[in-house]
Amino acid sequence: MKNSISIIFIALMSLNLSCAQQTENEVNSIDNPPFTAELIIDELQIPWGFTFLPDGSMLITEKTGQLIHFKDGKKNIVDNVPAVYVRGQGGLLDVVPHPDYANNGWIYISYASEEGDDKGGNTAIIRAKLNNNSLTDTQLLYKATPNTTKGQHFGSRIVFDDEGYLFFSIGDRGDRDVNPQDITRDGGKIYRLNADGSIPSDNPFVNTEGAKTAIYSYGHRNPQGLVKNPMTGEIWDNEHGPQGGDEINIIEKGKNYGWPVITYGINYSGTPITDKTEMEGMEQPIHYWVPSIAPSGMAFVTSDKYPEWKGNLLIGSLKFQYLERLELKGNKVVYREKLMPEMGRVRDVRQAPDGFIYVAVEGKGIYKLVPKK
Amino acid sequence: MKLLLLSYISCFSLLTFFLFQDKELEESISRGADIYSDFCINCHMANGEGVEKTFPPLAKSDFLLNKREESIRGVKYGQQGYILVNGVAYNNIMPPMGLEDEEIADVMNYILNSWGNKSDSIVTPEEVSMNVNK
Repeated sequence: MKNSISIIFIALMSLNLSCAQQTENEVNSIDNPPFTAELIIDELQIPWGFTFLPDGSMLITEKTGQLIHFKDGKKNIVDNVPAVYVRGQGGLLDVVPHPDYANNGWIYISYASEEGDDKGGNTAIIRAKLNNNSLTDTQLLYKATPNTTKGQHFGSRIVFDDEGYLFFSIGDRGDRDVNPQDITRDGGKIYRLNADGSIPSDNPFVNTEGAKTAIYSYGHRNPQGLVKNPMTGEIWDNEHGPQGGDEINIIEKGKNYGWPVITYGINYSGTPITDKTEMEGMEQPIHYWVPSIAPSGMAFVTSDKYPEWKGNLLIGSLKFQYLERLELKGNKVVYREKLMPEMGRVRDVRQAPDGFIYVAVEGKGIYKLVPKK
Repeated sequence: MKLLLLSYISCFSLLTFFLFQDKELEESISRGADIYSDFCINCHMANGEGVEKTFPPLAKSDFLLNKREESIRGVKYGQQGYILVNGVAYNNIMPPMGLEDEEIADVMNYILNSWGNKSDSIVTPEEVSMNVNK
């Protein structure tokens, strides 16, 4: 009898353990979130990216091509923004200030551009300054080639690391069998530049003949989240998989992230892309989502405003229309939670310099998460 | 004899007209399938089933099949706000895709003739070009 109790105890314990392992791929709902979501900027269509300037004002991109400077409660449309190629997922995309913006005034913007001779468009990165509500001193830092009329996968998130390097993503542009695994072509890559657009001399492929030397890592599908991990200084991305197989990756120099040779996803039609989820010489994601949540935007919580969330990741879900909170243990996702359920397509999330979290929702606007007292 | 000839000619011309339109529709549908898998599939899904309460279905959709003009306008200029599809409310946003009129006609013909949908009259680029944003 004594024995059977301990057997039951052990059985229950192991059941608990096995449950605990599954929770990472199950999203938890909560009844009483520790914040209220205040709509601070309304009537936005697709606020693709947004950021904060030292004076407390904000810059917001509308995918259709407007750059909005939100200051003192008013929206001002910024002039002299480059013409954008609005087709499919393309348009005016991310906006990020230089880490030393207060001294140099540089603003970095990604967008779909028709520049070049071929029909269609591809991702471009510029930097410019904001003067009298107009972009000035505009410099084109990178333009992917060739143009294509395909509507998919412009990537386009921008982030700086601790050493001042500029990282940005470009998706596979709907040509998965041609672009991501070929380092002589653009698309399906994370890139690294110096802040002035020049190529760092220690980029991984500077000595590879024919290679696009701005490439930092390859084999990506469509990264629409790119951030610096403030604890480690590493660059992390999230990227859309096909059906199933969205990923979080830690971006390392010269590494191959496998798309489309390995993936946890399948075609939209239900047919397989490959039977492989791993291969020698290709990196594994630290987390993948099945089913896909369609992740966009990404922010680490570091501020004291949300003490329970310190070190957590926040990621938007376009498909299921909520903000996801992910708790990490080292590089492993150990808990997932659904915030702002049925709010709308969450396109971007950022932690502002004042420590508050802001969330951009399509068709709604930008929300501030105000902690409950 | 005259009557016979007349009816023969009219039958023949009608037949060629329908055959010709059929072929035109078929080609448009097949181009539309490519547009669909490029621009539409990640929200409306492979079999037009959509995602419940988020992205409305196209397969057997009463909105699509009964509101042709509004559907074309939605593809052309984007769609925002409340709509009712097969009795389910959707309040979301579809951005304009930047498609040309011919591409819109093709993808409309594809979705109007797939997954159990059927439409007798072909959507033409002219019909799309006359559709204005309201």
